Amino acid sequence: MNIHEYQGKEVLKQYGVAVPEGKVAFTVEDAVAAAQALGTPVVVVKAQIHAGGRGKAGGVKVAKGLDEVRKYAGEILGKTLVTHQTGPEGKEVKRLLIEQGCDIKKEYYIGVVVDRATGRVVMMGSEEGGTEIEEVAEHSPEKIFKEIIDPVVGLQPFQARRLAFNINIPSELVNKAVGFMTALYAAFTDKDCSIAEINPLVVTGDGNVMALDAKLNFDSNALYRHKDILELRDLDEEDQREIQASKFDLSYIALDGNIGCMVNGAGLAMATMDIIKYYGGNPANFLDVGGGATTEKVTEAFKIILSDENVKGIFVNIFGGIMRCDVIADGVVEAAKQLGLTKPLVVRLEGTNVDLGKKILNESGLNIVAADSMSDGAQKIVELVK
Amino acid sequence: MSILVDKNTKVITQGITGKTALFHAKGALDYGTLMVGGTSPGKGGTQVDIALENGSTVSLPVFNTVEQAVKATGATASVIYVPPAFAADAIIEAVDAGLDLAICITEGIPVLDMVRVSRYMEGKKTRLIGPNCPGVITPDACKIGIMPGYIHTKGHVGVVSRSGTLTYEAVHQLTTRGIGQSSAVGIGGDPVKGSEFIDILKLFNEDPDTYAVIMIGEIGGTAEEEAAEWIKANMKKPVVGFIGGATAPPGKRMGHAGAIISGGKGTAAEKIATLEACGIKVAPTPSEMGSTLVSVLEEQGLLEKCVTRK
Repeated sequence: MNIHEYQGKEVLKQYGVAVPEGKVAFTVEDAVAAAQALGTPVVVVKAQIHAGGRGKAGGVKVAKGLDEVRKYAGEILGKTLVTHQTGPEGKEVKRLLIEQGCDIKKEYYIGVVVDRATGRVVMMGSEEGGTEIEEVAEHSPEKIFKEIIDPVVGLQPFQARRLAFNINIPSELVNKAVGFMTALYAAFTDKDCSIAEINPLVVTGDGNVMALDAKLNFDSNALYRHKDILELRDLDEEDQREIQASKFDLSYIALDGNIGCMVNGAGLAMATMDIIKYYGGNPANFLDVGGGATTEKVTEAFKIILSDENVKGIFVNIFGGIMRCDVIADGVVEAAKQLGLTKPLVVRLEGTNVDLGKKILNESGLNIVAADSMSDGAQKIVELVK
Repeated sequence: MSILVDKNTKVITQGITGKTALFHAKGALDYGTLMVGGTSPGKGGTQVDIALENGSTVSLPVFNTVEQAVKATGATASVIYVPPAFAADAIIEAVDAGLDLAICITEGIPVLDMVRVSRYMEGKKTRLIGPNCPGVITPDACKIGIMPGYIHTKGHVGVVSRSGTLTYEAVHQLTTRGIGQSSAVGIGGDPVKGSEFIDILKLFNEDPDTYAVIMIGEIGGTAEEEAAEWIKANMKKPVVGFIGGATAPPGKRMGHAGAIISGGKGTAAEKIATLEACGIKVAPTPSEMGSTLVSVLEEQGLLEKCVTRK
């Protein structure tokens, strides 16, 4: 789960990570009042959306005085920002962060992730702050330093020190940087983050080390033990169909094609998208109905797929293991009837109770095209939506 | 022969009184697995009666702790169905009890719990399969997990996969061609897990009854690339591959917690390129996993030996 920058900074602050003073604003008046309360000669007006690249898209402005705050807040609020992470449709700005201006001496990068290869939490640092870390990784990987952290003892001071020296934090500020990193690691593990990215980390003219930006992602499997984090969820930032799907415990991701997919199992669902593409079609979504799907769940899955107006046809691909084919067939028939389905529907069933499942489909009186295999089904649906 | 489990493997189910656990304990017993008991804290000393498809009923003893269950039954393997919040503890309990094998089916364990589990397991003898996996099956001998048993046939092809349903798909394609399997192992879709591809490939490499292997990977991480390099350097048997997720957009978690392209790493294209560079033939579509293997077996003169059901 993602949260906004201002929320991330509030979470980090609880752990003693230094961040600039700031306030969230939902209106222009809020923004001006926030700037007034901060009382610094320079404030930064920052668009709050769940995507990076806001600065380049015109979503971050430095304001000198309240008139400029009013002007920039008015410009940015309600504006649709298009960045490399929002997709071409962009995201509408509904919240601003009004933050004290900083006297930046130099920018660095600090990130914390779970490293799959070692099965450990890793803290990464680089002198090349402010830019995309992916670009640094590609062009000058020698400028990225890593510390692998033992979960038993946590990030050790010597590791933080080594990282700080490696990325050339000024000597007199290394201790502050160590404190920063230690607090960041504590926040990461305590709140079950999956990513904590500080880009840039800055050292300031008055000798501070602080997080100028903060991107926190949380492990959705661990949210059950973090009610405070769950409250930070902003549904405006999420796809409406994905929210609807999650209510029914369906795993759905919207894509930009025209063939709706309903599959059991994440791996098979991905592979189904691949095979549609292989035969020249375009999947409209990823949808895993899971292992314990009921007729109700399948019906709901159908509704979500069909709520995407780009969908011209649907491919159901089920390998029934725990999931019985007759349950799927019942769900398909029920949903098609309830929704008055007129679009082409190709169904491939295999596994437990497959004959019963096929019988239910055949006797439904619906116009369902049966497929013998994944590739047969994919070719048929691609042909039908042409 | 086979890997990990055979007809003599004594298995307990952790959390056996739960609905899912009971359902799959019955499936395992129906298949012929030597299921000898289970645990459920607070219900030690009771029994669960499981009515099998053949009309008989099996009574399994329930224990409070894994340690007691192991002492009383001589079990060497356990399967874990407990809910995600308690699963890390269940795995550590299995390791502490000195089991050879723990298979964790549970989906949705917090990743930092698995970081601690994997640290705890260092230097211990237990092998962990999963979490978030379908389990392990040796056809006609032992089924531990949630896979449909009847699609399998005894034979000589090993299957290892990050995805449950794609494992079934591959097995089904083999069985319909008369090609049996030595063992099929789902290693699971989580980013931090007990066994990686290389761990299982090593076992298949050493198993005299396995003649060839299908390895099914997906986007995210670099485990497939590492496995490919290992295969090139060490594997004495042909391996064919498939990689799911060629069409997945970056930054989106495709169901499995581990199936995500981040920072431009872990794409299907990269993985396929590495596999091919290491001499591993990759099925172009998931429908062609079986036929790709057949073509490789033919090339190497192994097809006849691998057809176990005419």
